[in-house]
Parts: sequence; structure tokens; C-alpha cells
Amino acid sequence: MLEQAIIAIIKVAVVLFAILTACAYIVWLERKLVARMQVRLGPTRVGPFGLLQPLADAIKLFTKEEIIVEQANKWLYLVAPLLAFIPAFITFAVIPFGDTVTLFGREVELLISDFNVGILFILGVTSLGVYGVVLAGWSSNSKYSLLGSLRSAAQMISYEISLGLSVIGVLLLAGSLSLVDIVKAQGSVSEWFIWKQPVGFFLYLISAFAETNRAPFDLPEAETELVAGYFTEYSSMKFAMFTIAEYANMVTVAALATTLFLGGWQGPFLPPVVWFLVKVMFFIFLYIWVRATLPRFRYDQLMRFGWLVLLPVGLVNVLVTALAVL
Amino acid sequence: MFETYFPLAVMIAAATVIGVGQLVLSHLLGRKSKSPKKLIPYECGVDPVGSARERFPVKYYLIAMLFIIFDIEVVFLFPWAVVYKQLALFGFIEMAIFIFILFVGYVYIVKKGALLWE
Repeated sequence: MLEQAIIAIIKVAVVLFAILTACAYIVWLERKLVARMQVRLGPTRVGPFGLLQPLADAIKLFTKEEIIVEQANKWLYLVAPLLAFIPAFITFAVIPFGDTVTLFGREVELLISDFNVGILFILGVTSLGVYGVVLAGWSSNSKYSLLGSLRSAAQMISYEISLGLSVIGVLLLAGSLSLVDIVKAQGSVSEWFIWKQPVGFFLYLISAFAETNRAPFDLPEAETELVAGYFTEYSSMKFAMFTIAEYANMVTVAALATTLFLGGWQGPFLPPVVWFLVKVMFFIFLYIWVRATLPRFRYDQLMRFGWLVLLPVGLVNVLVTALAVL
Repeated sequence: MFETYFPLAVMIAAATVIGVGQLVLSHLLGRKSKSPKKLIPYECGVDPVGSARERFPVKYYLIAMLFIIFDIEVVFLFPWAVVYKQLALFGFIEMAIFIFILFVGYVYIVKKGALLWE
């Protein structure tokens, strides 16, 4: 009991540290890559290749003045970044990132909790993030924030439906809601669910881009019309918490895509954890690449695409998959 | 039980501590030089016009209601998908009827123009 508790605490500490560091360095990577794609250099001054840039940013953000706008709803204003931040981190708890390894004579599973309804947990917790967005916009007493949060909420809930539908194809094939079982159901490369569920995979990918408010679905923070969207009025670390939450969500969504469609941590030759990281990094790179390539949707296009294209395609995909499994 | 829920509880607690810690730390470390002008909501440099808590289009409300309908549909699909291999043909026909009924509703919504943003 005590031993399990200690192992759990160590795993949580390692995972949270890894995600926080990953978030910081994905920001760096994004700035570097987007800069290269636009024939610029990106950060170069702080450390070699600008590698210490995240650290400098963190110090700057911590020492910035904290501003609470007049007539803001103070408590909601303070709680909103927490509501965005916490769900973004706890979703990673059910994702298996490696095989069982033996450390100091003990069998250690490389996941935090083998929850038998893992997918439901992830979908449930990620939808809590919408509260953070709505409350941030509502409590800031600013028109840009309010508009940004409304748009954002409508977008996130619209694409949540197609996200849920895209996952069901995988569940039909695996017959389990546990992510560990889903990984085990995809033993070799030819059994990866991406081959049996190509439509589901693209549905998932598109919905995931929209869920995490990334380009080309980054309307909530369309800077040309809404300044910074729902976090316009936030400063110092509260501002950064929304950004960190966004990047943590990206990591989670990429990890979930890996788990559901690309066989999780499994792969030939390399150790499991390395395979997991390689696949996740592939999705992160895709995120950045798409951001540098595609222009932003218009709002009516975005809603029409979600409801009139993705939803029916998702339903048909579920029925066709069910027929094929039969 | 313990193996499943204790690590989750630790994760939630740790994430909360990090979040609250960031808020407190930035509150303590941050510069403090308050002035009334700084606290005005941002509106491109001019003084804010009217209240920020204005009315907004009813479309957003409509989308939220439609979301509930379709999300509940997806919720029904989850347990069905897990036991589908046992249900076999019976399960398929039942779900096909269910999705068909919902699809009729969906076509109605589309024809009514509830999803258009003009």
C-alpha cells in the first residue's frame, strides 16, 4: 500500500515535470520552426540556439504586474485560469506511455492509472476546460473577452461531438474503454487502427485541432479582430497559464491520437517510451506545420464545417465500422 | 480501487498545487504600481464605450442546445460500442434505427437553418 503510494507520487511528479518542460520547449520549437518556415531566425539570443528562451520568458512572466480590471468579477477572474490549467494536466493520467519496466527490482507500469473508462475520463475532463474559457471571458468586463469566450465555447462544444464520434470507431474495434486495452489491441504495425479507421483518424485530427483552439481553428484568439480573445485582460502568470494549458492540451491530444490510432508506445527496435515520444512529437510537428501553412477559417465557415460536414461523416463512419465489425 | 483512484487523486492534487502556486508566486513576485488608468478594460486605446456585459446573439444559445442533444447521442454510443461484439446484428439494427431517428431531427435542424450564421 505505502509502496504503491510512493510509486504513484513519483510517477505523478515525473509526468508533471515532463509535461511542463515539454510545454515550455514546444513554445520554443514552435517559434523556431514557424520562423524557419517564414525565412526568419526565431529566438537566438538567450543561450545557444535560443534554448534558454523559455526560462527567460518564465522569469519575465513571474515578475510582471498583476492587473485585475475594474469591475471584473474578481473571484471568477482568478479561478478561470485554474479551471483551464488543471484539467489540461490531469487528462494525461490515464494515457499509457510505455510498457511495464523493472526498476530497482520492482515491476513499474508506465502509466499513472489504469482507469477502465480512460477515454470517458479524458473526454469528460477536457470538456471542463470550456468553463475556464467562458468564465475568463465573462468575468473580465471587456467586450473582446466576452466575444472571444462565446465564440470559443460554441466552437469547442461543436467539435466535441465529432471528437466523440471519431473515437467510437476505435472502441468498436477494441471493445474496451481502457486505453491500456486499446494499445494492446494494436499489437503490430499492420494492426494499428489508423489503417482500419482512416476516416475516424482524420475526423479526430480535425476535431482535435478545433478543440485545442489551434490554427486553422484559432478563432477564439483571432488577434486581428479580437485582440487576444478570452484572455485579453489577463496579465503576468495568469496569462501564461492559459497558454500553458493550450500547449498541455496539445500534448494530451497528440498522445491520445498516438494511443488510439498509432499503436501507442509499441514499435520495432527502439524502446517503448522512445516510440511514444517520437509519435507524439510527430503530431506536435504537424500542429506547428499546419499553423505556418493554413490561413484561419471564417466563423460561419467553421460552424458550417463542424455541423454540416464532420457530424454526418462521423455518424456514417460509426455505422460503416459497425457493419464491418459485424 | 486504491491502485486506480489514488494516483488520479495525487495527479489532481499536484496539478491544483502547481496552478495555485503559480498564481500566488506571480502575485508575490510581480511589480506593484497601481494606477486607475491601468485598470480600464482594453478597447484599442480609447475609453470603453458602454457596458461590456452586452446582449449577444441567440445563435450561441441555440448551438448549446443542439450540442446537448447530439452529445447525449454520442454518450449512448459509448456503452453500445463496448458491448457491440456480443450484441452483433441485434445491436447494429437497434443503433441504426436510433441514428436514423436522430438523423431525421438533424435534417430538420438543417432545413430550418439553425446552423447557418448569416
